[in-house]
Amino acid sequence: MSDLLEIARRVAAAARSGEQVEAYVVRSRETEVEVFGGEVESLTTAVIEGIGVRVVADHRQGYAWAGSLDESVVDEALRDARDNTKFGEPDEWYALAGPVDLDGVTAVTLDLWRDELTEVPTDEKVRIALELDRATRAADPRIRNVESSSYSDALTEGALANSFGLEASQRRTTCGASSSAIADDGTGAQTGYGYVAGRTLGDLDLESVPRDAATRACRLLGARPIPGRRLPVILDPLVTRSVLGVLASAFNGESVLKGRSLFAGRAGEQIGAARVTVLDDPTDGRALGAATHDSEGVPTRPTVLIEAGVLRGFLQNVYTGRRSGVGTTGSAVRGFTSTPGVGIRALRLVPGDHSPEQIMASVPEALYVQSVSGLHSGTNPISGDFSVGAEGLLVRGGAFAEPVREVTIASTLQRMLVDIADVGADLMFLPGPVAGMTVLLDDMTVSGE
Amino acid sequence: MNEPLIDQDVLQSTIERALRGGGDFAEVFIEDRRSSSARFDDGRVEELVSGRDRGAGLRVVRGDTTGFAHTADLSPAGLFAASDAAAAAAQGGGRGARTVALHRQTSPAAREDVIAPETVDKARKVELLRRADGAAREQGAAITSVTASYADGHRRIVVANSDGLFADDDQVRTRVMVQCVATGDTGMQTGYEAPGRTMGFELFDSIHPEQVGRTAATRALRLLDAVPAPTGRIPVVLRRGAGGVLFHEACGHGLEADHIYKDASVFSASMGELVASPLVTLVDDGTYGREWGTLAIDDEGHPTQRNVLIDNGVLTEYMWDHLRARKEGHANSGNGRRETYKHLPMPRMTNTFVLEGETDPDAIVGSVEYGLYCVQLGGGQVNPATGDFVFGVTEAYLIEHGEITRPVRAAQLIGNGPDVLRAIDAVGNDFETWTGMCGKNGQSVPVSSGQPTVLVREITVGGTAA
Repeated sequence: MSDLLEIARRVAAAARSGEQVEAYVVRSRETEVEVFGGEVESLTTAVIEGIGVRVVADHRQGYAWAGSLDESVVDEALRDARDNTKFGEPDEWYALAGPVDLDGVTAVTLDLWRDELTEVPTDEKVRIALELDRATRAADPRIRNVESSSYSDALTEGALANSFGLEASQRRTTCGASSSAIADDGTGAQTGYGYVAGRTLGDLDLESVPRDAATRACRLLGARPIPGRRLPVILDPLVTRSVLGVLASAFNGESVLKGRSLFAGRAGEQIGAARVTVLDDPTDGRALGAATHDSEGVPTRPTVLIEAGVLRGFLQNVYTGRRSGVGTTGSAVRGFTSTPGVGIRALRLVPGDHSPEQIMASVPEALYVQSVSGLHSGTNPISGDFSVGAEGLLVRGGAFAEPVREVTIASTLQRMLVDIADVGADLMFLPGPVAGMTVLLDDMTVSGE
Repeated sequence: MNEPLIDQDVLQSTIERALRGGGDFAEVFIEDRRSSSARFDDGRVEELVSGRDRGAGLRVVRGDTTGFAHTADLSPAGLFAASDAAAAAAQGGGRGARTVALHRQTSPAAREDVIAPETVDKARKVELLRRADGAAREQGAAITSVTASYADGHRRIVVANSDGLFADDDQVRTRVMVQCVATGDTGMQTGYEAPGRTMGFELFDSIHPEQVGRTAATRALRLLDAVPAPTGRIPVVLRRGAGGVLFHEACGHGLEADHIYKDASVFSASMGELVASPLVTLVDDGTYGREWGTLAIDDEGHPTQRNVLIDNGVLTEYMWDHLRARKEGHANSGNGRRETYKHLPMPRMTNTFVLEGETDPDAIVGSVEYGLYCVQLGGGQVNPATGDFVFGVTEAYLIEHGEITRPVRAAQLIGNGPDVLRAIDAVGNDFETWTGMCGKNGQSVPVSSGQPTVLVREITVGGTAA
């Protein structure tokens, strides 16, 4: 048994009569190397640990957290959480996960830990970052500067125990490398980013990082705004990932209950094009967000949200699942500093049949969007308004044409789901809780010159 | 003086130990932060949350390399272990011992008018939210959801370094936030308001939760009748307070010395040049009142100050942290900040303002035949290397024939920092500030921005109107 589970058990066991207590304990060992100008700019080694304690008593909830696992600090967190219950208002649906919430679902087995990553010497990590810096600089004569190259990894362990006797422990390894290039051929600077992520070094295609950073920066050289008009838009897999990430909150069972979801009350209706199937599947070991249990200790499972364009349901944690009557979907997410919310872990579109090249060749003209900016300030998952800064290239005759910058693309999330004209076959699992692929949208408003 | 978080002798030995293997500079940063927050949603208090985080960040600089380690263990053994890890990370292969003598600076004077949040009855914090919720819902039956939250933080820091610096500070911040959803025939719209200051509970002597609730609710309700935002390049008037974030994004980030040092800023080679309309004077001022970004000392122990970055259009100064200032032999400007002890400091803004001009704000609006009048912006993003920025507009109106007319739906503004700075055609004689969180390289710190009413000749508005 891990020491973390032992701490969680000790706290949960302190529950008094009439009280439910949950402890969520995490520890992460992290290394990060940043290189600039051929030198190691910084090397960080760290251990982060913390605990979140939730107490439910008389249908009231209280919470406290601490960034330390010292016994005295942990005890203080329990005292604070207990005291905080007095100030919340009662809600009959507050409860920790108990046997009734599991509903016979058992956890999958996933192997998310790679011992070999724990054995990589620091020198090797430094060497990787230095080599990325060198290779990015050498990738193209138009690369003026490499803003930074980095390597990072994390060994993360977590444990949860509650006073119903529910227990869950998980651990995972992750690592990633990235490089950020600045290209300049006298027409102005353009930037491009390349990165890879996986569970261990062997998963990382390191050679793709400098190549992607350089290609993405250089192909934008000479980019200009284009006159505003309506145009089909092709989203790069990284952009698809960002857009799906914004849409995710509309599938959140808490947003639905509180009147903040676009899709509340529309289950069973056609909300997207027939080619659109969206699911969150944390049991898929290929996804970096894969997990056997959610952060209330409930086993995860695949949840289909949109099937052939029809809204099938929402994601739930124990609270929203009880209150809405549909039960938890094992979708509680949290850090140790907050109570469990509802969220995605491995959201993706089901891929279609066409390669990115075939999609590009399928329209006479389109704007290929390589990156977007202002995603959080320009999109509103409650109203559905969507307006973001975009850079990329025009596509004509199946090939990249003029590079474009300083334009916005705008629509609404509702329309975008209907306007999905093709979903690429190029499913890419990426860091974070969303996977990407190339997507063609029929029609967006491009605002520029 | 406050009781220090850590004994001076322990700090001194920790720094000396960090430099045992060689190294040019070593620093220990200690932080002890208590926070509390409460959330009111769906018509009731959901829960109160208490948080405690404390630990130390150790850095050792050797040549161009910084080694960094942090620990939640503040015992001498924990500090020594982190010190060894940071030194190893800086590849301290050299030798030679250094003795460090720490000189404790006078702590910034404790303000007697600060009501420390931990001394306030929790029930009073929760009560504020009920008032905000009630006032928001009174604005109209179309208000279908109100989320109100309260957050305070009390942060004590100690910084000591191998130059002998030894400083401490006690920082208290309080903020209240209200988000409303209004539902009408056209779907749902949202309104948001979230004032905060470097203050304790006395914040509520000047900021009334009812007013915050009303402002957020009114914003959401107005948007129900909004027309789609225009598309294309048009004149934009930024009302006082609303546009500070444009200057923060469009130009502030490009003036941070780390971007300059890496030749990754569009302003890298512009010192002494005219980079903006002569109407523009831009300052970053960490000492300004009790604004959200105000600090007595930065997170490297240096006193904050008022830095004039652009003076009547001419670029005069960048923002510096210890490392970059030391490398370039430049004076430190007190802009070294970090989110927590788990983060390395870097040059960051504090309170970033465009100073008042001379034009009557009404006359500015009156001079525009057709344009956009922005009252609230929802944050933004910039690529410092190219100067390209975007920012979201969350409350705006059309200007038609010199009059403010219909509200428009949320949209994004997109432009280029240096281009917009040159396109400022008028600066008002009014002024207001705005509270926000600024993110950079994964670290988020409290900042404010401020500005008078400003006319920008043209910005691209990314709406959906045909």
